[in-house]
Amino acid sequence: MSVNKPLPHDAARLHVTGRARYVDDIPTPANCLHLAFGISPIAAGRLTALDLDAVRAAPGVAGVWTHTDLPSGCDCSPSNHDEPMLSDGTIHYQGLPLFLVAADSHLAARKAVALAGIETEAATPILTIEQALDADSRFEEGPRIWTRGDVETAINRAAHQIDDRIEIGGQEHFYLEGQAALVTPQEDGDMHVVSSTQHPTEIQHKVADALNLSMHNVRVETRRMGGGFGGKESQGNALAIACAVVAAATGRPAKMRYDRDDDMIITGKRHDFRIDYRVGVDEDGVIEGIEFLHYTRCGWAQDLSLPVADRAMLHADNAYFLPAVRIESHRLKTNTQSATAFRGFGGPQGVVGIERVMDHIAHVLGRDPLQIRRANYYDRSEGGAAPHSDKPSPPGGIFAAKKPRNVTPYGQDVRDFILHEMTDALAKSCDYATRRADVAAWNATHPLLKRGLALTPVKFGISFTLTHLNQAGALVHVYQDGSIAMNHGGTEMGQGLFQKVAQVAAAVFGVRTEKVRITATDTGKVPNTSATAASSGSDLNGAAVRIACETLRTRMAEYLAGMHQCPPEEVVFDGGRVSVGGQDMDFAEAAAFCYAGRVSLSATGFYKTPDITWDRLRGEGRPFYYFAYGAACTEVVVDTLTGEYRMLRTDILHDAGRSLNPALDIGQVEGGFVQGAGWLTTEELVWDDHGRLRTHAPSTYKIPACSDAPEVFNVALWDGENQEDTVYRSKAVGEPPLMLGVSALMALSDAVAACGSSYPALDAPATPERVLAAIGTVRA
Amino acid sequence: MDITFLLNGESVELREVPATVTLLDWLRETRGLTGTKEGCNEGDCGACSVMVTDADGARTLNACILFLPQLHGKAVRTVEGLSSPDGTLHPVQQALIDCHGSQCGFCTPGFAVSMATAHLNGDTNHNDALAGNLCRCTGYAPILRAARAATDQPAPDWLKADQDFFWPEISSGGPGTAGRGADSPPPTCHAPHTADDLAQLYAAYPDATLVAGATDVGLWVTKQLRDLDQVIFLNRCTDLQEITETDTALRIGAGVTMDRVHTLMKTHHPSYAEMIRRYGSTQVRNAATIGGNNANGSPIGDNPPALIALGATLHLRHANTRRDLPIEAFFLDYGKQDRAKGEFIEAVSIPKQADTLRVYKLSKRFDQDISALCGAFNLTITDGHVTEARIAFGGMAGIPKRATQVEAAITGQPWTEATVEAAAPAWAQDFAPMSDMRASADYRLTAARNMLRRAWAEDQGHATRVLEVRP
Repeated sequence: MSVNKPLPHDAARLHVTGRARYVDDIPTPANCLHLAFGISPIAAGRLTALDLDAVRAAPGVAGVWTHTDLPSGCDCSPSNHDEPMLSDGTIHYQGLPLFLVAADSHLAARKAVALAGIETEAATPILTIEQALDADSRFEEGPRIWTRGDVETAINRAAHQIDDRIEIGGQEHFYLEGQAALVTPQEDGDMHVVSSTQHPTEIQHKVADALNLSMHNVRVETRRMGGGFGGKESQGNALAIACAVVAAATGRPAKMRYDRDDDMIITGKRHDFRIDYRVGVDEDGVIEGIEFLHYTRCGWAQDLSLPVADRAMLHADNAYFLPAVRIESHRLKTNTQSATAFRGFGGPQGVVGIERVMDHIAHVLGRDPLQIRRANYYDRSEGGAAPHSDKPSPPGGIFAAKKPRNVTPYGQDVRDFILHEMTDALAKSCDYATRRADVAAWNATHPLLKRGLALTPVKFGISFTLTHLNQAGALVHVYQDGSIAMNHGGTEMGQGLFQKVAQVAAAVFGVRTEKVRITATDTGKVPNTSATAASSGSDLNGAAVRIACETLRTRMAEYLAGMHQCPPEEVVFDGGRVSVGGQDMDFAEAAAFCYAGRVSLSATGFYKTPDITWDRLRGEGRPFYYFAYGAACTEVVVDTLTGEYRMLRTDILHDAGRSLNPALDIGQVEGGFVQGAGWLTTEELVWDDHGRLRTHAPSTYKIPACSDAPEVFNVALWDGENQEDTVYRSKAVGEPPLMLGVSALMALSDAVAACGSSYPALDAPATPERVLAAIGTVRA
Repeated sequence: MDITFLLNGESVELREVPATVTLLDWLRETRGLTGTKEGCNEGDCGACSVMVTDADGARTLNACILFLPQLHGKAVRTVEGLSSPDGTLHPVQQALIDCHGSQCGFCTPGFAVSMATAHLNGDTNHNDALAGNLCRCTGYAPILRAARAATDQPAPDWLKADQDFFWPEISSGGPGTAGRGADSPPPTCHAPHTADDLAQLYAAYPDATLVAGATDVGLWVTKQLRDLDQVIFLNRCTDLQEITETDTALRIGAGVTMDRVHTLMKTHHPSYAEMIRRYGSTQVRNAATIGGNNANGSPIGDNPPALIALGATLHLRHANTRRDLPIEAFFLDYGKQDRAKGEFIEAVSIPKQADTLRVYKLSKRFDQDISALCGAFNLTITDGHVTEARIAFGGMAGIPKRATQVEAAITGQPWTEATVEAAAPAWAQDFAPMSDMRASADYRLTAARNMLRRAWAEDQGHATRVLEVRP
């Protein structure tokens, strides 16, 4: 069977030979125009005058558009209708598009933009969390608050109270392929859009809306992205709309791609957070009550900030039972890029908050942080998918007399908790206890360098929290020569979704994966798709494709069974062959028979995730179908003179259920870890006092380079399966591994703690500068 | 300018090439070879990496900041030319597939080219060879596995052809600016073949832009969108690329690439070499020159601190007039150097000495990051006392600058922790650094001060280098 096999990415050969096509690689249509935005030089205020004469007169320029020239408001927002493509006069951030230029070449458009005369009236921008709080600048009427139990009493009655704060920086996606779109006008006003997007349906919807068309007039195709990470869930809307506007106005094809600096200045990033915490713990470090204040910097427009902030609240527990808990979340509006989806979607920030608390508790009590983490874990699950609510805790444990410690702050039972077993296995395989002692011994003899070690867990909820998004469609054809074409609503951004789903299709038909042709995501084939996001790609689309394939296989089996006078259940599809009533034929032969027998060889499949409910205002329900788990142990060494550091070794055990493709899943784990560690270490976004992003290119914004991956990097998948009935019992794997990178931050904290007696309170990103400052803190 | 080069084994002749068309744009937009990607357009991500071969061998360069005239007489190989004409994959390509080294695939062509070049050159230090290629998906682990897996495979024959390629006109003159009719407009693009020709040309066109490796000027074009009226390409001046060693000095031609300076310094000043290993990336060091890094005058250039600490001399030339300058005197103020119009750096000389140099580069990321600060310490310790101290820093002022007060505070003193601590206040007398996106003023000052502590601790045998700690 083709599932569970470590097959290469379907496009690997195209990748390595340079033949994989991205939007800008498609042969440019004749007469194509190239677009560029002119952007705001200030962060807040009014646009008072815009002199575009020189822009219009520049070589190669075919047209210039301002807000008033557009056929509609050209809203780009995925949520709130608050993002006109071009400024309507108000300036919300430095980087806001003010006008649009179309020219004969990309370079000509960029050069022309620079000729604009832009006059503005500056206002004082709201840039920081503190400034936003002072001005009460926020989305929603006030903070969202979810509470369980008498938190104040629980904290105050506990043996120890700890309170502090962590600041967590944002993150630039730095997909290697920048945002890009190409629109070709069709007859009768229709538009064909090729977009580097995770959400073709959203592009279709926004383009139709901008041009006052119906969605059936717009077709969007996406074969692949050169990386997405959430940055192409909504941030591609502006480019597709701009191209469509120009194509509609001129009748010419239009292409737009952002220069890297423009991309980083214009588009949204991961939300930065400040998390204040106050916790009460018993003598063993077990939490009795905890309060979190989440301050989320959302930028100028709402975009996806509300569900992002929700997901941060939903992961404020990570792997730990919080008996009495209060989470208050402020979604602050600032004059900066509109923060957007980024792998983990707020979850990582929530996880960092509670992991900081665990680290802090351990420091206060003088215990090994891993001991504190284990003591606070949710109770071991008993296995099986049976409802848990009336099940007692394991007898004889220290909590035997207490209520089950398996209910999340939002009331969902954790039925599949496997972190006790995973932690035991990882601690053993990475030799945690011995190395903990070795690190201490090494530090005792090294005055200037200090090692640190941390093992941190991940529990991540799988499903869109907006319940209706948990649906997917597929379209599968079997041709009369036995070749299979597969299409679904998911998009390929490198994660290997297409390959995994093709393996599912091949498994149903019992053929080799090469028999399944993967085709570009196309709103004309599968409509009303959800974004490829929330790690849901293979769960949703894999299931939809399986259903379509099973429909076809059933039709084929019934026809062939009729031909050979046997029950349909006895028709077997395996090894590229079909056996029926003692006969054995090639799959192609079977397809030809079915065609000749006038069997419909095309089918759709539709899947919706069962059993989930969610009330986001009350913060109650079962928002997640299941949880995915992981654990990572990272060791670092820190230079106490400069704050420089290296990751020496990382060991990871990650839960992908019954992996559809272990090689691709390990790729997600390795890449997710390094991306998460980069977020928390060297990736620093710096805005100046005027709200200008100063780190808008790879020269100043430092994602991990080759040598930054841990020198020893052991990654294994947990041998298990999903308790829920997902496609072949696999689990989602896109986002969860990012949070394995938290182990790097906590290892740095551990190394810094070795320099003195105070708690490091290390903020993120823990640049060498912040590490050195934290060393100063612990020595103070 | 008319140029000829080999592209994936086929000869290409281009006439009247504008000075500032990049190889990347030409490949993608004119030639339709879209395998080479634009990731950043500033030489930092490596998605546009191409292999360029000439008499000095094969090396990787960033096509986004490589101007077409720089390619004259060379062989260029893009990702499309890595596999054989019949489709057989290069060993690194096959290894990338087998090891799952691509995910989104956008950086992959650049990695494949960098890996193929390293493979051809027998370079197995993969972290260094790939420091200039960013990947956002894989975490690099499978790419490194692929690089190691391909090591033992022989280099394919079809790549070796590039090394046999040689254009005699490079040494004999070749196409330049001669042969124009009297009616022709004045040339805007020059490519002299000798320093003498350059001297005359630059004197005649003192406002021209000199382009050596284009790692900085490239960005003037791709990012600042500047039009350059007059360009003089230096890379054909082979006499500027000479390294001469005498009993007393090393003389390094201004056109010597940082990759060659790296090799040179491994034997003379290993700490300097280790800093250069982290200077830019392989692609950048293959293009950037020591002359360019100094002439540029940046306060965060990484060579000047080391050269100042070593007491190096700059050899400047205007027409036929030459003068020598202690390198620290060259940097007058932010953006201002002691260089007359039409004057250029011909070479830099480093006096020979026993190696006492330590160079400390500090940046957010170890590889391919611009320094927050870079300090060079050249301390002579005799009988336990500091008898001579030359300390210089980049990133601490508007120019690369000596720490004269610190030098004075420790010179003549016993080389002890007490002396180091006693010198601590002098740092703020020498430097009042700025805060920017790379570091705060406080951090710069603290880290600079701590670097003297590090130098002392190293002499006491303490472990001080995180890069040398093994798991």
